Amino acid sequence: MGKTPKEYNKMLRESSPPSQSAKTLPMAFLVGGLICVVGQALTDWYGSLGLTKDEAGAWCSVTLVLLSVVTTGLGWYQKLARKAGAGTLVPITGFANAMSSPAIEFKSEGFVLGLAAKLFVIAGPVVVYGTVASILYGLVLVIFGLA
Amino acid sequence: MAIRIGAGTIRLEKPVAIAATAAVGSRMEKEGPLGAEFDRLVEDSSFGEKSWEKAETKMQTLAIELALQKGNTTAEQVDVMLGGDLLNQCIASAYAVREQGRPFLGLYGACSTMAESLTLASLLVESGAARKALAVTSSHFCSSERQFRFPLDYGGVRTPTAQHTATAAGAALVGMAGPITVREVCIGRVVDLGVTDMNNMGAAMAPAAWDTLRQYFTDTGTSPADYDKIITGDLAQVGSDLLVRLAAEENCDLRPRYTDCGLMLYEREKQQVDAGASGCGCSAAVMCAHFLPAMQQGKYRNILFMATGALMSPTACQQGESIPGIAHLLHLTAKGGTN
Repeated sequence: MGKTPKEYNKMLRESSPPSQSAKTLPMAFLVGGLICVVGQALTDWYGSLGLTKDEAGAWCSVTLVLLSVVTTGLGWYQKLARKAGAGTLVPITGFANAMSSPAIEFKSEGFVLGLAAKLFVIAGPVVVYGTVASILYGLVLVIFGLA
Repeated sequence: MAIRIGAGTIRLEKPVAIAATAAVGSRMEKEGPLGAEFDRLVEDSSFGEKSWEKAETKMQTLAIELALQKGNTTAEQVDVMLGGDLLNQCIASAYAVREQGRPFLGLYGACSTMAESLTLASLLVESGAARKALAVTSSHFCSSERQFRFPLDYGGVRTPTAQHTATAAGAALVGMAGPITVREVCIGRVVDLGVTDMNNMGAAMAPAAWDTLRQYFTDTGTSPADYDKIITGDLAQVGSDLLVRLAAEENCDLRPRYTDCGLMLYEREKQQVDAGASGCGCSAAVMCAHFLPAMQQGKYRNILFMATGALMSPTACQQGESIPGIAHLLHLTAKGGTN
């Protein structure tokens, strides 16, 4: 080949269509926002049943996670996600989908080496770096005496 | 005996023919433009099996059996079977031929495997090492996704350059007599121009495709106008565009004769397959369902078939390696074809 990787990279950028942000961004905003509206409605509803703000928030999370897991199992979440992109990825439902989809997928290799071992294959980094970030945050609070 | 012409091409002196072909697909393939031309379509992509790997094995077994049946041949008459797929250790092929009880060569050339297996089958028959040989490959969307990417139900979004792995298998019976003759083969080199994006495999394969095609044209002194069709494996939208541009830069106009299997298997927009189809089953099925039968019917007489492969490993890509590409070419003629 007479081409250098650099020259070819320029060429392939011209030939590769970019993401259609004009379409994907509003869809992500809309669907992600709607999921949050559902969450707010659930929190308000649980609140109206006499739960405290913290309790209502916890119940809201549990309900959204349940909804996400059930729709993942039915194969609907992925279909919605194809249109919604980050709109379904960012809210708590996305995390639940990232946990339940490998559980379903890798069940065929058994409950131990399949389901359990692969459960965190997507969500693992989020858990690890989420924990690391919270430790750092805690240290900052302690060191600067803000806690 | 086969003779080498030029630096990369091998001309087959004795008659070697593709005697029979069979293609198997699933629901998406049925809904695509070539749906009516498949030998067997099983809508349930699990093929009635408990795992996707077993489903792919079943699909490949069906392709083998149908090709043998169409060629009025029993498995015992096949001296060697050559098969490959995308799964680790080529398990779909190994399990598919397990029941056949025939000598087996397992091959890995990613999506170029159909051309690789046909090339080797042709050379084995030409040399007299085999009277009949069977070339078979498959890919399955679900088994590939779980091995190379994400679980099926994970809500990730692909980039527009990504390709959809075909759930399809193709098998071709190669012998000394048949309607389609293998004239030359050109074994490709590994070419890597530094593409690291696992979601842009067409771009990773296009330089290899041009490398092999250019080698073949140089060795044989021919040009695109000498062929009815020039068919690439699964470069899809991005790769096809790049191949045509790479060729044009060297004053070779492919466009009038050129087509790509990855752009033929599905309706891209409607079936939401982004840049097009991929997987070893893609070119295998498009050739075995469409082009090779069309040659038998006299629609094409003289074609170049070049399957392209991105020899991609998620491990290597995560370690920062780029994706090596490869392409193997076969020159096929039907009755009345020249060259």
